[in-house]
Amino acid sequence: MLRATDLVKTYGEKCAVDGIDFEVPAGESFGLLGPNGAGKSTTMRMVGAVSTRTSGELEILGLDPNDYGPEIRSQLGVVPQADNLDVDLRVRDNLLVYGRYFGLDRKIVARRADELLEFAQLSDRKTARVDDLSGGMKRRLTIARALINEPAMLLLDEPTTGLDPQARHILWDRLFQLKERGITLILTTHYMDEAEQLCDRLIVVDEGKIMAEGSPANLIRQYSSREVLEVRFGTEHNANAAKRLEGLGDRMELLPDRILIYAPDGETVLNQVIATGLEPITSLVRRSSLEDVFLRLTGRSLIE
Amino acid sequence: MTMTELAVASHRRRLVDKTLYAGNARSVMWRGWRVASRTHYGIMISGFFEPVFYLLSLGIGLGGLVGVVAAPDGREIPYAAFIAPALLATSAMNGAIYDSTWNVFFKLNYSKLYDGMLATRLGPLDVALGEIGIALARGAVYAGGFMIVMTVLGLNMSWWALAALPATVLIAFGFASLGMAVTSYMKTFQQMDWINFVLLPMFLLSATFYPLSVYPQLVQWFIQAMPLWHAVELVRSLTTGVVHLGLLWHVLYFTVLSVIGIRFTTARLRALFLT
Ligand SMILES: Nc1ncnc2c1ncn2[C@@H]1O[C@H](COP(=O)(O)OP(=O)(O)O)[C@@H](O)[C@H]1O
Ligand SMILES: [Mg+2]
Repeated sequence: MLRATDLVKTYGEKCAVDGIDFEVPAGESFGLLGPNGAGKSTTMRMVGAVSTRTSGELEILGLDPNDYGPEIRSQLGVVPQADNLDVDLRVRDNLLVYGRYFGLDRKIVARRADELLEFAQLSDRKTARVDDLSGGMKRRLTIARALINEPAMLLLDEPTTGLDPQARHILWDRLFQLKERGITLILTTHYMDEAEQLCDRLIVVDEGKIMAEGSPANLIRQYSSREVLEVRFGTEHNANAAKRLEGLGDRMELLPDRILIYAPDGETVLNQVIATGLEPITSLVRRSSLEDVFLRLTGRSLIE
Repeated sequence: MTMTELAVASHRRRLVDKTLYAGNARSVMWRGWRVASRTHYGIMISGFFEPVFYLLSLGIGLGGLVGVVAAPDGREIPYAAFIAPALLATSAMNGAIYDSTWNVFFKLNYSKLYDGMLATRLGPLDVALGEIGIALARGAVYAGGFMIVMTVLGLNMSWWALAALPATVLIAFGFASLGMAVTSYMKTFQQMDWINFVLLPMFLLSATFYPLSVYPQLVQWFIQAMPLWHAVELVRSLTTGVVHLGLLWHVLYFTVLSVIGIRFTTARLRALFLT
């Protein structure tokens, strides 16, 4: 479906994507996880055949975008990072007009538009102005619009960034349905929970490079322990406490506001901490997440 | 995509660059139509009345003082019949400029409309042709309306005036194409104001209200390089019935203008949205 080999994109001096390799088979749901500025959108624009690569190889649906841009784009659905709905048109007209851009017949487009409005839970907003929709509705409309040409592959660039938790869950539910239908999803995110929910497999990117690749569970297994103990001693005391806790668990990360101790069993480590005579202000034992994987790989958090 | 489709695709590539053109400019025009049909009627046609008011005030009012003037062939015609074709050409220009400048400027810089279009099957030439097509259509509608006013006032001096209708379509095409090309390079409101700054003197000075012969030779050459002068000459010759082969120069001028405008617009859209 999609194959990138040593893909590079530079803007002048700036190397936005610095030689990445990945391959996505049909039906897979594949994620790019990374912080702001990692090069996710730049990669998505190349995969969407609207941005030409500086070097490397890229094959989308078996075609080279340098030669077959329109053919590739006609089989993709694109949900860009920033909404670009047509604000001069009403909700349903957005779908009709977009379908016509693909050269689709008016009747077909009209039928699909109604189905997609149903899917996006916007049937009762058909004639609303785009500007009157909430952020979550706009995103759902953008997804519906991206599906109007029945794409083989759907590209989603940070689909839920900026949405409130409830709107995010509605969106995840819709995307999960698409995944179940077997459509290939490529999505970028800097939310680990999103990546864990939606991605079969993902690459962790930072500064244009791939740091790790695998399924969420595998990445966690490979780069983190099963559980994490988070303890806080107050901003001033964390560093001192960390010194005294040296050697506990598999590994330790000292963050400005807390200490993370990685171990197969968090409770046991917590007891060991208390046994040293230190008294944490708060403590929390949780399962490892992709956030921990990212921290391990780059020494930084995903969301600053 | 099947193998045959691919073969067809690669064959067609040799005729027109397929990465630029999907042959679907009408979908862009259809969008323009959907938007226009929802827009407030008053805004849409206000630009039409401007030349009409000029015709009534200057043609009828001032015309009473001026009396008759010389047609292109030296014949004496009423002053209103002299300026009406110039205003007809201006009408086509106004309509074409309305869509292809400020509207395009907002779409390019604020609404991200072309981002969305170019993420589909469409190529930059589809977008350029579609948007120019919409602008042209408005120009043609304005001109058609003005033609009716002229006919009612009895200002068409010949049956050749019928040929002025296709002529205004070509004129609108040229201005729409030029307008969009220029706008696609504009980044700020100040730069957009330059367009108005050029349009107004061009409207007043392009032999619209008096013959070119009042100017010294050097100024005449300058005016004769302006698109509106060619438009005025062409339309005036047709509505007054002074037809000769020399008019083809004006047709050629607008054809070249249209083609150049489309080429620049397409290249610019590609540079902005497909890099
Ligand atoms: N059009 C552009 N011109 C110059 N630099 C760009 C452009 N687009 C992106 N960049 C730079 O490339 C880097 C990666 O950006 P982007 O792909 O948007 O990251 P992400 O989507 O992961 O946040 C950033 O440093 C950004 O400033
Ligand atoms: Mg981004």
